[in-house]
Amino acid sequence: MSLRLKALTKSIWVYHMSTGSCNNCDIEIIDMLTPRFDAERFGITLVGSVRHADAILVTGSLNLKAVPRIKQVYEQAAKPCVIIAIGTCSCGQGIFKNGPNCPNPVDSILPVDIYIPGCPPKPEAMIAGIVKLIEKLNGKK
Amino acid sequence: MKRETIIQNIKIRSGKDLLDFQDKSKNRIYFTVNKTILPQIAKYLFNDANARFSTASGVDTRKAVEILYHFAVDDIGLFISLRVILEKPNLEIDSLLGLFKCAEWIEMEMHEMLGVNFKGHEDPKHLLLKDDWPKGNYPLRRD
Amino acid sequence: MARKIIPIGPYHPLQEEPEFFRLHVDGETVVDIDIELGYNHRLVEKISESKNFDQVAFMVERICGICSTSHPFAYVNAIDDLLGVKPPERALYIRTAIAELERIHSHLLWLGLAGHFLGYNTVWMWAWRYREPVLDIFERVTGNRQNYGMMKPGGARRDMLEEDFPWIKKTLKDLIPKLDMFKGAIMDDPVIRMRTEGVGVLTKEDARDYGLVGPTARASGVNIDIRRDDPYAAYDKVEWQVCTHEGGDVFSKAVVRILELYQSINIVIQCLDKMPKGPIDSGIKDIPPGEGIGRHEAPRGEVVHYIMADGGNSPARHKIRAPSFMNVASNKKAVIGETISDATIILAAVDPCYCCTERMAVVDYKTGKKMMDGQDLIKLSQEKTEKIKNKLGR
Repeated sequence: MSLRLKALTKSIWVYHMSTGSCNNCDIEIIDMLTPRFDAERFGITLVGSVRHADAILVTGSLNLKAVPRIKQVYEQAAKPCVIIAIGTCSCGQGIFKNGPNCPNPVDSILPVDIYIPGCPPKPEAMIAGIVKLIEKLNGKK
Repeated sequence: MKRETIIQNIKIRSGKDLLDFQDKSKNRIYFTVNKTILPQIAKYLFNDANARFSTASGVDTRKAVEILYHFAVDDIGLFISLRVILEKPNLEIDSLLGLFKCAEWIEMEMHEMLGVNFKGHEDPKHLLLKDDWPKGNYPLRRD
Repeated sequence: MARKIIPIGPYHPLQEEPEFFRLHVDGETVVDIDIELGYNHRLVEKISESKNFDQVAFMVERICGICSTSHPFAYVNAIDDLLGVKPPERALYIRTAIAELERIHSHLLWLGLAGHFLGYNTVWMWAWRYREPVLDIFERVTGNRQNYGMMKPGGARRDMLEEDFPWIKKTLKDLIPKLDMFKGAIMDDPVIRMRTEGVGVLTKEDARDYGLVGPTARASGVNIDIRRDDPYAAYDKVEWQVCTHEGGDVFSKAVVRILELYQSINIVIQCLDKMPKGPIDSGIKDIPPGEGIGRHEAPRGEVVHYIMADGGNSPARHKIRAPSFMNVASNKKAVIGETISDATIILAAVDPCYCCTERMAVVDYKTGKKMMDGQDLIKLSQEKTEKIKNKLGR
């Protein structure tokens, strides 16, 4: 694995991107920062610009209006950048599957590295998922 | 203002343009009126009956598009729904933007979802759908 | 004007997308605002027509994460209205308790966000920390921290267990001293008062013109509350009060929400005390043709659901009007004429469905060039608080 990728697993900076979600997942992501879960002790912090991000947390079922913007954001991210799909909607559109405004799932335009399902997934589940990803990147089982 | 007074006043002001009245329950009443009289009744409700404009819902009933304008008279808990039936293909009605600003967004929404034209509401852009959504494709229409 | 791509704040959804709020400024003053919607639009009303009546209750929960139970509540009220039947008593109390617990968590969430925008990150952390026990109650009672699935057409989907009641009441009573602390922190802090009093004022006339609902309206002295005006569930069986304030500014909106927190705790405890035994489901089988309108006082204001049924298994038409649809439009009035450093707190004061607030950008009025983004605006707001603190020697 490249040195850069290895470096990012020490302290993973995440950027949060909603592709049209109900915000439950987004709030649980921020909840990760609050005292009870305190994701910062694992080195996970939210950053304000995708250019600083090591990982992108994607939520939402990919609203048509959002598609060009999502693509642009991903292009701007400094590679390597892992994509983490959070919530049932970003894993596979969930209950909005047949909606005319959300015809495709997130992984049709972004290469997702890990899926964390749940509606919304608990902060513990998200932290566990991110830790699993870090272990995978480090070559552990 | 009393419930019965409001009902009477609407009936009087609609005159022959009142097509139907349904007293469904204590807090739910429905009037079906001709679209020409709608602005007047809306004005009465907003100005004299101190009603609040709550929302409007449009539905495609295949032969026509029905719009229900919902007003809330909060001090007596009454919810009044004014129904107008717009026969296809003439889906046009006067805008209520001159009466209250909260008509703006809901009329934009009904325009892009059902293709209704609100006279007096300058060319509304898309509120919810993306800008290059195919023209003439109204998601809530059934035809 | 060309669309600009704007980077957005730390916990904001989308980066690079046309701004939700585009503020046009002349110097330091906001002279105009463009509001763009649609980024979260999933055409739920259309999808609803392809789901059966029971499934719709689950789907509408996911319209908005924060007022997750408000939409199902208005929806089941619409079905009750259509059928003209009342669900069993116990179900009414359960519905009420769940809805009020949601109000508590929602207002605490808003308190945290407002604290963050004003630069009081401690308020943010503490408000969200004290939200956690409420989410624990939800998890114990419903199985999930958000998206509870408690509302069912004809009743409640799950019962609340009597053995949980003492623990729920204790958790809520333990919250009261924390609320006292927040109330004191906000009402007595001169800096917060300077930042919020007289800022983003909406008058009673504005409230009527924009059809404002919820705490946004009550903060302008408009005494409306669906729970009292058009009673449903158990709201007319418990003692509680509608909270209003006269200022119409951001401060008033904060005060109304804090007062409502106390009322909500009171309502939940009464519901648990008075909950009658009995069935929770009236066992609806078919929905006959007809129309129903359901309303609910969500944490943000009046939610209206209109259902038209044609005798089939799915709604023929399902119209959903969320409270933020009315309240967000009023930002046109509230923010124009104010300074950019106050913009974030004004836009946040109507408590829009969270995803909406922070996509902001500032554009120069004369040149149309983008000057700042959402993150800059939040920073400006926090810096203003610092300046005031320094001036007051705190």
